[in-house]
Amino acid sequence: MAESRVDSGTGKAGEIEFRHVTKRYPGRRQAAVNDLSFTIPAGEICVLVGPSGAGKTTAMKMVNRLIDVTEGEILIDGRDVTRMDQTELRRGIGYVIQQVGLFPHMSVADNVATVPRLLGWDRARVRARVKELLEVVGLDPDEDGGRYPAQLSGGQRQRVGLARALAADPPVMLMDEPFGALDPITRERLQNEFLRLHRQLRKTVIFVTHDIDEAIKMGDKIAILREGGVLAQYDSPVEILTHPADEFVAQFVGADRALKRLALSSVGDLELLDSAPDAAAGPALTPDTSLRDALSQILTEDGRPLPVSDNGGVKGYVSVDLLTSALSASGEGAPA
Amino acid sequence: MIVLADSGPVIPNFGRGSTCVRDNHTFCWGWVKQHWSDTLAPALVQHIVLTLIAVGIGFVISLACALVAHRHGWFERPFDTFSGILYTIPSLALFQLLVPISGLSRLTVEIALVSYTLLILFRNTLTGLRSVPEDTREAARGMGLSESQMLWKVELPLAVPAIIAGLRVAVVTVISLATIASFIIDEGLGSPIFHALQSNFTTELIAAGGLAVILALTADALLLLVQSLITPWARLRRTA
Repeated sequence: MAESRVDSGTGKAGEIEFRHVTKRYPGRRQAAVNDLSFTIPAGEICVLVGPSGAGKTTAMKMVNRLIDVTEGEILIDGRDVTRMDQTELRRGIGYVIQQVGLFPHMSVADNVATVPRLLGWDRARVRARVKELLEVVGLDPDEDGGRYPAQLSGGQRQRVGLARALAADPPVMLMDEPFGALDPITRERLQNEFLRLHRQLRKTVIFVTHDIDEAIKMGDKIAILREGGVLAQYDSPVEILTHPADEFVAQFVGADRALKRLALSSVGDLELLDSAPDAAAGPALTPDTSLRDALSQILTEDGRPLPVSDNGGVKGYVSVDLLTSALSASGEGAPA
Repeated sequence: MIVLADSGPVIPNFGRGSTCVRDNHTFCWGWVKQHWSDTLAPALVQHIVLTLIAVGIGFVISLACALVAHRHGWFERPFDTFSGILYTIPSLALFQLLVPISGLSRLTVEIALVSYTLLILFRNTLTGLRSVPEDTREAARGMGLSESQMLWKVELPLAVPAIIAGLRVAVVTVISLATIASFIIDEGLGSPIFHALQSNFTTELIAAGGLAVILALTADALLLLVQSLITPWARLRRTA
């Protein structure tokens, strides 16, 4: 996804609030979503994560009313979604699903143009917007715009899905395991590009995944749900890794949660050691190496400190002790 | 005697007193050339008109009923049964059944022909409307498409290949069945075939029968061409 300016991306975003939201299906004793309450600040990515049967997707689909709320309310910028016109509500929410759901009979450009056309934009505006969006998601408007979904790879299809969801510049986006069906390399690339795009656009995003690593990577906030649709913890990734609310969360996050925390920061964020007499002679680390990868490298070099270099010059050294103190510092609430 | 002589020969001349008729070989080009404009061409045009009217009316009825059945599921079974029963009635019997009601008329023929298109067109249209993948449907709903926008922008366009497949079968069936219409009316390629059978004249039988086959193949090819023109995406799906 190019670093291009998104002209019509005005950066508008909406705050989403769940207030005691419950979903019960008739004939089932256990609720699918149980008394869910949390607020997603405007412009942040909130990841709903949990095992299957935890009601993540159900919770998400109640926002654009593909599923009706049984009790409680969901507010976008203070407005109850059930009191809004359903069609209008949905056109104001970008929707991305794992299987993408592109229209097979429409070209890429026509797929992206769907919502703007429904909103009655004039032709020139639609065409300009489609071109802009395809560039934003890293596709070639001239070459790819006229192709059909069947001619695209899985990764390209999800790029089109993303462009289609962003078409009318919605303040809110719902993403249901958007990268779940992609191979690991494509998934990581799209995750990174989406994060970069999000820094530009600042939409409020609800992102559903069952993968805790993806949740930690993508989320400003993470809502961990457990079976029966109960909210186990709602916090920032660092908080969840450092202070899991209970045994369930600790287990779900995994025994390697210290390593996951290390993965959240990079070597460049550290106060490096000025000197390390026993430093390994191995290849130097770059400032954007994650602390987790740095630890792995140090272990490879028999636990000896490693130099960090930036464009040739050695900036300092990283040791195991430094990483340990970085961990305990971030655990005390310092920014990771 | 004078009166008889004035009114032409007493032994009827069928107007086909050529060497082709006298020799009655398997096939004789001369007869085809000679009678193209007075017998074969008009029969061919009538045959095309009979077919177009039948398939046209059958298509409109089937499309309307498929749309109703798509929205209201309960309607599928009764119409399916109704058109299925019509489809099983032997065509000659159906013609004869209709004669007391609508007479020896074009109407009788068209009612019978239309009734044979309903099952295939209804089934295919409904299957086509239902062929939209669930994820496409969900994405469309999530984007705020209304029910009617879903129908016109998504379901109907995606049903086109199935609808055309149905039309191809219906057209070929009707072209073949319309030859039997000559039992009721003196129209279509069935007329020369009927005549040839009565007079045991093989050239006329082969020429008219051959024309019916060529007409069916041409119509089928035309529909295929139309499909590839209006649904360029359908070909790609198979290769992807």
